[in-house]
Amino acid sequence: MTEPALLSVEGVSVDLPTPRGNLRAVDQVDLRVGAGRTLGVVGESGCGKTMLSRAILQLLPRKARLSGRVMFEGQDLVGLDPERLRKLRGRSLAVVFQDPMTSLNPVLTIGTQLIETLQEHLELDGNAAKRRSAELLAAVGIPAPEQRLTQYPHQLSGGMRQRVAIAIALSCEPKLLIADEPTTALDVTIQAQILDLLAREQRRRHMAMILITHDLGVVAGRTDEVAVMYAGRVVERAPTPALFKKMRMPYTEALLAAIPKIDAAPHTLLPAISGRPPDPTRPIWGCAFSPRCRYAASQCHREKPSLAAAESLHHQYACFHPIEVAAGASP
Amino acid sequence: MMPISQPSASRDPLLKVENLVVEYAVGGKTIHAVSDVSLQVARGETLGLVGESGCGKSTLGRAVLQLRRAVSGRVLFDGQDLTAMQGDTLRQMRRRVQLIFQDPIASLNPRRRIGDIIAEPLVISGIKDPKKREQLVRDVLSAVGLDPGLVVGRLPHEFSGGQCQRICIARALVLNPEFIICDEPVSALDVSIRAQILNLLEEMKARYGLTLLFIAHDLAVVKAVSDRVAVMYLGRLCEVGPSEQLFAHPAHPYTALLIEAIPVPDPDVRPAESVAVGEPPSPMSPPSGCRFRTRCPKADRRCSDEVPELRAVAPDQFVACHHPLIAAA
Repeated sequence: MTEPALLSVEGVSVDLPTPRGNLRAVDQVDLRVGAGRTLGVVGESGCGKTMLSRAILQLLPRKARLSGRVMFEGQDLVGLDPERLRKLRGRSLAVVFQDPMTSLNPVLTIGTQLIETLQEHLELDGNAAKRRSAELLAAVGIPAPEQRLTQYPHQLSGGMRQRVAIAIALSCEPKLLIADEPTTALDVTIQAQILDLLAREQRRRHMAMILITHDLGVVAGRTDEVAVMYAGRVVERAPTPALFKKMRMPYTEALLAAIPKIDAAPHTLLPAISGRPPDPTRPIWGCAFSPRCRYAASQCHREKPSLAAAESLHHQYACFHPIEVAAGASP
Repeated sequence: MMPISQPSASRDPLLKVENLVVEYAVGGKTIHAVSDVSLQVARGETLGLVGESGCGKSTLGRAVLQLRRAVSGRVLFDGQDLTAMQGDTLRQMRRRVQLIFQDPIASLNPRRRIGDIIAEPLVISGIKDPKKREQLVRDVLSAVGLDPGLVVGRLPHEFSGGQCQRICIARALVLNPEFIICDEPVSALDVSIRAQILNLLEEMKARYGLTLLFIAHDLAVVKAVSDRVAVMYLGRLCEVGPSEQLFAHPAHPYTALLIEAIPVPDPDVRPAESVAVGEPPSPMSPPSGCRFRTRCPKADRRCSDEVPELRAVAPDQFVACHHPLIAAA
């Protein structure tokens, strides 16, 4: 990659002290996102995807220990002065969370929350901020935006609340938007609308986006690159078409196979992944996926595979026994 | 309206729901949760019931078990009307019909040991011999893929979500029921665990000769397990048909919309710019006529004036629409 990355996550690890011992939530993760690009981060519950997004935003729980560097526009966010961080977050670095009911303040009107953000970061006066707020609500597809400004979050549906959260995130024209499971709480027809909205606004604003999800279906048509996480580590990273067509990591293959296909006949047995993810408070010897992997050999249980390059530098996987492309690829 | 006859199910219907109406009173207003729904489930069949949040699919499941009493309509199980039953008679019938919920952890009592949780239905149904109960508990735990020796003495919090769902399935199976209502049984689970549980349900269905009502919002999941699928929107039935037929040739615009909205895990399938407009209206004041008309691209005057009745468009496929996507048979 020759262009300088907008965001570059370098060797980031997050440790959380728990009563049962140290929990390594994120383990030595490297990621890059170029300006205007979309990175999908996919993994199951507890794989560390949300902790990774919080590490980027420097919004980790107080007791968490973070190591590594988070370079955003050339400066390291780790250890950055809180005042400068606060200015950055919301301005160039915005986030949309899974549950819009908890990310919006229930006792403030939609208008107050939007206007506050605009006045804080863009130093607009009251009238200009109000006008801009209504425009933003209209842009995210909220009917009767002027009236919505006076409403409270509980008066809106889940889909509308998520639109408001997106409007707030977009309000200061951020360079990077982190969308953490933005549609998981929503119904399928509303999910499609929200994903379309994010894609449209991203194109229009030439904004970079990290789309965090558990659903491979969500990232397939809507990202440039995908990183698959398992037990705190990135286990495969590839341009989206390569990840789906020429995956090398057995976990990626298994995850994709376990999704019921809409074009499969009813009562088709699903190739399930046996067992479950490892306990992150216990030390893991070897590859974390090896106990569930059908290709695992003795080396896999002893040694931790590091990320290796596949045919291009953009495609990396952590596996001693990667899937043969010729056998696994479908044209 | 006359009850709709659905030929494929009428062979040997184990469950017949006839013109069921369920309403909730909330703050002086009425929520029309289920409005005039008729369904049949044949013995040995899996009927999938899909729809978005608030469409009444869970209420329908609960009304079948009489956990929610219907305002009108009948629920016939093996020919007997459950809506007319009370007390002991109803309790006896409920042994034959079990329920599995969405949140497996919340549906297990956190203070009781797994062995006791699964034995409870046996105690209630009057199996007095503890040895016999223990044996039945062990058998059913092995059947769902858990090691009885390692499981019976432990508490729910010691298990993951997927294991808790296995325990819930064991509890539902221990009385050897004929019919199980699965209400979003896998939507709280991760992809890799979801496949395990779906496969387990299929295996248990075959082993115990079960009939299933499988309620879920995820169409791909529903298709994976169902022989026929029923689609609900805002309390009404839109469409019923054999899975393959319904997914290949949806007749109701809402069914088509749901299918189109599924994210496909294939980068070559560019997501179509979503055709879904707006959001479901409130079930407190559903639209007149066809309830989907406010979001439907084909809606016209007739759709607001007249409630569309369920009618056949293909063998075993029924649709409630004035402008179905496939011509009436």
